[in-house]
Amino acid sequence: MGDVLIFAEHEGGHFPKSTLTAVHAGLELAKKRGGKAIVVVAGDAPEAAAGEIAKYGVAKVIALAHPALKNYLADAHTQALAALAKKEGAEFVIATATAMGKDLFPRLAARLGAGMASEITAINDDQSFVRPTYAGNVMATVEIDGPIKVLTVRGTAFDAAKPGGAVAPVEKRNAEIDAGALKMEFVSFNATKSDRPQLTEARIIVSGGRGLKAAENFKTVLEPLVDELGAAMGASRAAVDAGFVPNDLQVGQTGKVVAPELYIAVGISGAIQHLAGMKDSKVICAINKDEEAPIFAVSDYGLVADLFKAVPEMTEEIKKLKHS
Amino acid sequence: MKILVPIKRVPDPATTIRVLSDGSGIATDNVKWVINPFCEIAIEEALRIKEKQTGEVILVTVGQSTWQEQLRTGLAMGADRAILVKTDAALDSLAIARILAKIAGDEKPDLVILGKQAIDDDSNQVGQMLAEMLGWPQATFASKIEIAADKISVLREVDGGLETIGFKLPAVVTADLRLNEPRYASLPGIMKARKKEMKEIAADSLGVDLAPKLKTKTLAAPPKRQGGRKIASAQEMVSLLHTEAKVI
Ligand SMILES: Cc1cc2nc3c(=O)[nH]c(=O)nc-3n(C[C@H](O)[C@H](O)[C@H](O)COP(=O)(O)OP(=O)(O)OC[C@H]3O[C@@H](n4cnc5c(N)ncnc54)[C@H](O)[C@@H]3O)c2cc1C
Ligand SMILES: Nc1ncnc2c1ncn2[C@@H]1O[C@H](COP(=O)(O)O)[C@@H](O)[C@H]1O
Repeated sequence: MGDVLIFAEHEGGHFPKSTLTAVHAGLELAKKRGGKAIVVVAGDAPEAAAGEIAKYGVAKVIALAHPALKNYLADAHTQALAALAKKEGAEFVIATATAMGKDLFPRLAARLGAGMASEITAINDDQSFVRPTYAGNVMATVEIDGPIKVLTVRGTAFDAAKPGGAVAPVEKRNAEIDAGALKMEFVSFNATKSDRPQLTEARIIVSGGRGLKAAENFKTVLEPLVDELGAAMGASRAAVDAGFVPNDLQVGQTGKVVAPELYIAVGISGAIQHLAGMKDSKVICAINKDEEAPIFAVSDYGLVADLFKAVPEMTEEIKKLKHS
Repeated sequence: MKILVPIKRVPDPATTIRVLSDGSGIATDNVKWVINPFCEIAIEEALRIKEKQTGEVILVTVGQSTWQEQLRTGLAMGADRAILVKTDAALDSLAIARILAKIAGDEKPDLVILGKQAIDDDSNQVGQMLAEMLGWPQATFASKIEIAADKISVLREVDGGLETIGFKLPAVVTADLRLNEPRYASLPGIMKARKKEMKEIAADSLGVDLAPKLKTKTLAAPPKRQGGRKIASAQEMVSLLHTEAKVI
């Protein structure tokens, strides 16, 4: 009892920070419940990646292999993980609420007949969990009944696990998959190309909203500031909907949830759905010409100004700072 | 093509949500109730598929009698008939998915389209659970759907890019915001909706396990962020970020 099975999502054998937050949460949960933290890495050849994650202070790593696990597909991964969770007698199965975690874990919960809490932000001592609801306006404390419980964690709410301690043993297993029951087909993946850091990994994020008025202005006004800071670029939904920037830049309730050290909101009003995705950032700056804009209520530093003047000025000032 | 669209009644996203002081729920006195925005998109997509190929769009909701209002709105948008699975109990996603699986078993749709997430509980679970219970393929967070004969291909917005997956029907799809712009109910639509079939079924007559495994103990307001400080110029902003906040 009390063992925690952590699903470690990897990108071609590399573990992004988001995965390491689930490892951290899994270690914390195992400690609180007096169980072991076991990591599973799935793929057609997951051994190398499994060796990598074995350095993060966990009890055991399982390299779960099967040709059907090459490209992520919900049905094959569900079968493989459900069978493994049962075999290991895990009490908890946990992953980060990435696009993959969100797609896979509810299906896995259904296969296990387990209750599931999505995007938890805290693990309490009394067997309960905290999770945001109503776009972050309400924090719910929830409990899960039953011998097995399924969880996803919000990446911004936990630190990333760090390597250290003894290297865990890696066990290779062949996944139990009934290939005849697989119905999903992977067709293609079109990666967004960018030299900038990923939104969920970045230390600084500069986001633009409808106030930027045109796609062109993201390039000529916002990008110089983004690049001067070595930041990731984000956007409000209004900016995405208007086609100014691609959709995977959207920050908010229905986009990405981020908590960088510095978040600069430019020409963004601060609708509750946008705040849901960034209000846990360490320092928040806002530039908006409307002094009543709700974004200012959550900002540590607010500048009431025309962004077309203020943003180039900031960029200049940062350049000077770097060269001084 | 027969399409089943499960919908949920939620507070209007523009409403300010307040937690009751005893943490037992949210204050509902000033709440305007609407169809969950993602479910509206699901209805719209079902209607567009039907308009291209003929068929039937059936709405289903699991909730209280008042939820009929949202079913009626969906009928006014153009859906053909509606089912209210009535319950006053607080169900978890697993129980809702079990009920929907039972309804899907009876109705035998070719496609079930749901919202990707309900904006009240923000769970993002029901569609995926339903797909597993039915043993069907799933495409969550769909931003584009193409159907040719008995095959569906779905474009999904995932971390780091766009993924396309495909499979044979029947299947479960969950709708993302970019899938379409939902239509408004027209006046003739509203008139017609009054005469459309609205079936009521008691949830506890379905013979499925409704006991929730996920239970909410208490609700609380999130910690308030202290903000509001205004700075005079871009120069001062950069200087404070450097010397005071020490983030650049
Ligand atoms: C179900 C649902 C989910 C949603 N999910 C999200 C989400 O995940 N993320 C998200 O962001 N939104 C989301 N939204 C949308 C959200 O409600 C807002 O509509 C959106 O965030 C507004 O974007 P915006 O601030 O860029 O635009 P606006 O609200 O139009 O604000 C533009 C701002 O720019 C300022 N401005 C204009 N010109 C200038 C100038 N020259 N200089 C300085 N300032 C200027 C204006 O004063 C204004 O404050 C969602 C909505 C719904 C219903
Ligand atoms: N009570 C319900 N009745 C019908 N459909 C529901 C209900 N709850 C959730 N759904 C569907 O499941 C989707 C995802 O909801 P959730 O998993 O709760 O975030 C919603 O957009 C609806 O399509």
